[in-house]
Amino acid sequence: MQWETVIGLEVHVQLATRSKIFSGASTAFGAEPNTQACAVDLGLPGVLPVLNEQAVAMAVQFGLGIHAEIPEVSVFDRKNYFYPDLPKGYQTSQMYEPIVGPGEVEILLEDGERKTVRVHHAHLEEDAGKSLHEDFHGMTGIDLNRAGTPLLEIVSEPDMRSAKEAAAYLKAIHSIVTYLGISDGNMAEGSMRCDVNVSVRPRGQEAFGTRAEIKNVNSFRFVERAIEFEVERQIELLEDGGTVVQETRLYDPEADETRSMRTKEEANDYRYFPCPDLLPVVLDQAYVDHLRGQLPELPAAKRERFQGELGLSAYDAGVLSASRAMAEYFERVHAVCGDAKQAANWVQGELSGALNREGLAIVDSPVSADQLGGLIVRVLDDTINGKAAKQVFQALWHGEGGDEHNSADAIIEAKGLKQVTDTGAIEAMIDQVIADSPAQVAQYRDAEPDKRGKMIGYFVGQVMKASRGTANPQQVNALLKEKLDALC
Amino acid sequence: MHDQTLTGLAAALTAGEFSSRELTEHLLARIERHDGALNSFITVTGDQALAAADAADAARARGEAGPLTGLPLALKDIFCTRGVKTSCGSRMLDNFAAPYDATVVEKLAAAGTLSLGKTNMDEFAMGSSNENSHYGPVKNPWDLSAVPGGSSGGSAAAVAAGLVPAALGTDTGGSIRQPAAFCGITGLKPTYGRVSRYGMVAYASSLDQAGPMARTAEDCAHLLGAIAGHDQRDSTSVARGVPDYVEGLEAPLSGLKIGLPKEYFGDGLSAEVASAVREAIAVYESLGATVREVSLPHTHYAIPAYYVIAPAEASSNLSRYDGVRFGHRCENPSDLIDLYKRSRAEGFGEEVKRRILIGTHTLSEGFFDAYYKQAQKVRRLIRQDFLDAFEEVDVLMGPAAPTPAFDLGANKDPVSMYLQDIYTIAVNLAGIPGISVPAGFAGGRPVGLQILGTHFAEAQLLNVAHQFQQATDWHLRRPAFAEETA
Repeated sequence: MQWETVIGLEVHVQLATRSKIFSGASTAFGAEPNTQACAVDLGLPGVLPVLNEQAVAMAVQFGLGIHAEIPEVSVFDRKNYFYPDLPKGYQTSQMYEPIVGPGEVEILLEDGERKTVRVHHAHLEEDAGKSLHEDFHGMTGIDLNRAGTPLLEIVSEPDMRSAKEAAAYLKAIHSIVTYLGISDGNMAEGSMRCDVNVSVRPRGQEAFGTRAEIKNVNSFRFVERAIEFEVERQIELLEDGGTVVQETRLYDPEADETRSMRTKEEANDYRYFPCPDLLPVVLDQAYVDHLRGQLPELPAAKRERFQGELGLSAYDAGVLSASRAMAEYFERVHAVCGDAKQAANWVQGELSGALNREGLAIVDSPVSADQLGGLIVRVLDDTINGKAAKQVFQALWHGEGGDEHNSADAIIEAKGLKQVTDTGAIEAMIDQVIADSPAQVAQYRDAEPDKRGKMIGYFVGQVMKASRGTANPQQVNALLKEKLDALC
Repeated sequence: MHDQTLTGLAAALTAGEFSSRELTEHLLARIERHDGALNSFITVTGDQALAAADAADAARARGEAGPLTGLPLALKDIFCTRGVKTSCGSRMLDNFAAPYDATVVEKLAAAGTLSLGKTNMDEFAMGSSNENSHYGPVKNPWDLSAVPGGSSGGSAAAVAAGLVPAALGTDTGGSIRQPAAFCGITGLKPTYGRVSRYGMVAYASSLDQAGPMARTAEDCAHLLGAIAGHDQRDSTSVARGVPDYVEGLEAPLSGLKIGLPKEYFGDGLSAEVASAVREAIAVYESLGATVREVSLPHTHYAIPAYYVIAPAEASSNLSRYDGVRFGHRCENPSDLIDLYKRSRAEGFGEEVKRRILIGTHTLSEGFFDAYYKQAQKVRRLIRQDFLDAFEEVDVLMGPAAPTPAFDLGANKDPVSMYLQDIYTIAVNLAGIPGISVPAGFAGGRPVGLQILGTHFAEAQLLNVAHQFQQATDWHLRRPAFAEETA
């Protein structure tokens, strides 16, 4: 039987507010346990929550970024359950009236095809603390630093049909939230995590199969692998005549498998009800319009513009618009050098290669966008040739030439990499090479004319070597051909 | 000096008749002598009180005294006080010293008052007789075999017995007004949102409200002025200016339109209470007020609606008492579930457990719509009843409770206890203010007249209550208990 996979994602994005969603405590990551939890975060008797306006603004910005409806009124509810790292015995969330209504996210697949994934809603909620099971022999430690950190939970419709689509969706969400600056998107630190709902159904069948929910997957790669494993598990189960049970599962990256956590029967009754300590959030149109006016250009629009206005390929436009940092870097290089294609090639080629080797993010690049742009200018105006340009790039990477925007020029000057275009000088070098290579000249002369093109490479190499790489290769080529052919 | 009102004491301090230290020492001595029989305090903070009294005397000497400087008060043990046990009447919090002060505690300290200690109460403010306290029942100073009412029974008894001139209470379903009535003092429940709830241990968040309990309406006016106002730490506190509640006390009542809800004078009301209340209303007529009957048709739904909403909120509010971070923790838990079960089973009393169970049930899947949502609809109807009535009349009057204080142990059945709050509970559901003032006696036990006004009509209620107290002397009567010459 042919099976179709159906996937929906619940993505939890940690919002980059300075303080927590309902208290004034800091949200900074990595502090000593329990040093960033105030009376409100600890759920002490008598404390009350006060909603962080910045979290509201960020949620609305996200909603606007996915063209969602922004309801005038949203309400916080309590989700009641007991857990040691949940200080109040309930999580303040939004169950019935979320802050962001239905919207949509465009995803880009590997074959360049586009697809729209519908977002059911997004709601604000507080994060719980952390249970620490190591270091406490036979006991569990509780760190409440994370308790009360604002989360935006983005719930998609079950619109994805493959692990790749799910990963593409997650990347699109990542790119939107980082563009908006509402999250650092750092998945390793848990700033973005997702719950994946997976089911399979016979192709052509309309009704959904029974789904399993895979909790807390925290990387793009794990999302793909968890889904692939889970789909295979479900299909095998069904083909063996079994049934999929509705349950919560956990993905174990080390074993690369999902395991059952609890079934529907064991599921909590969360007893949601409106939180009486918080007033409904009422957003007036002027406030929403104000936030709309502040939205930056988002990845889909940028991709469109890179392709349409700058003439980049769909692939290049996709890569360069994937993150705000990448896009901003590219746009700066382009602004300095004026050539979009060259800028794209250098950013994706030499720069990305070097960054990947060193494991650096683009914001940490030792070569600034201005410096790279300055380098490309010198390629474009024939001051240096391509080979020398790579040398200059390496020098920039290692901090030579200072951190001025014109440091490429300083390096070219210091290393004497300026291209030699003086025909007389090049001719002199060619004459010397020809004189020094009688055997190669003889071979050239004896070869069939259509083979000679390849043989010229040797002479070009010798001339470039003699010029320490500074001779203009096109000129060398043309003059060599002229002189060698004259000998035939 | 212990028989004086807060206003009288303030005048005496200003006149230099005695110092705040002398007053404080006198009251601490009375507590020491008499509270053994009454059990109205859980914690007495004598040293802090004396230090604060000295500071107040020093401020007065520097000419920096305000109207409330140096006046001793007591706080219901539901208000968080930095470094002092805040038990909420529960074994669960017997070991809990709050690391911070409630907003009202801060405000009272800023006004120069000092606290003699924390008063007894029904556990987590759940009860109408103060018999649900982990620290034992409070006795009514008018008759030690009677209850003082609840849940702010300790505050009411302490004020009535002359152990403290005034105290703070909280009122979620009558918990200021009913004990004020039972103990023959004046108690005001402000409009929901008038006073910050920050630092007040939550019972039912949408109903809880702090308020003053004192000998007179005038004293209540001074205290309300000190504690009212918007608090950024409480989103449900209302950003609305605080009027001068004392300024309007003397306004004449001619032309005042009084409504008597017919539902408040029906079955279940004791004849003696009814006649005391009718006499009080006759006093108002003699002061120039007009009286007419009105109807609050959804009154009989108030108790059922309350006992859905309040336990629902309580079941969630009390989830934080899990033995993990503070409060009671059972000995040697074998695992997490055991820790939860035994810590809560041991830490909570019976009535609290009952309400947690009720609330957990009514919020459960399959019952939420039938109970919680339905109760919220009823709540809106009850509120509308009051708003409709206030289109017709200025204030409503009736009994604060159907009977005078009953005997300790008389109401064993929870439902008969719940019916105690039949005249007070709808007021919390509607969010309006209400005050109980002494209006006579029935069988030697005080009777309270309840006066209700529309949202934020505290100044009017205090004026109406004060004028009654200018025309009567019920509020000046003192129980024989602990009588001594000052």
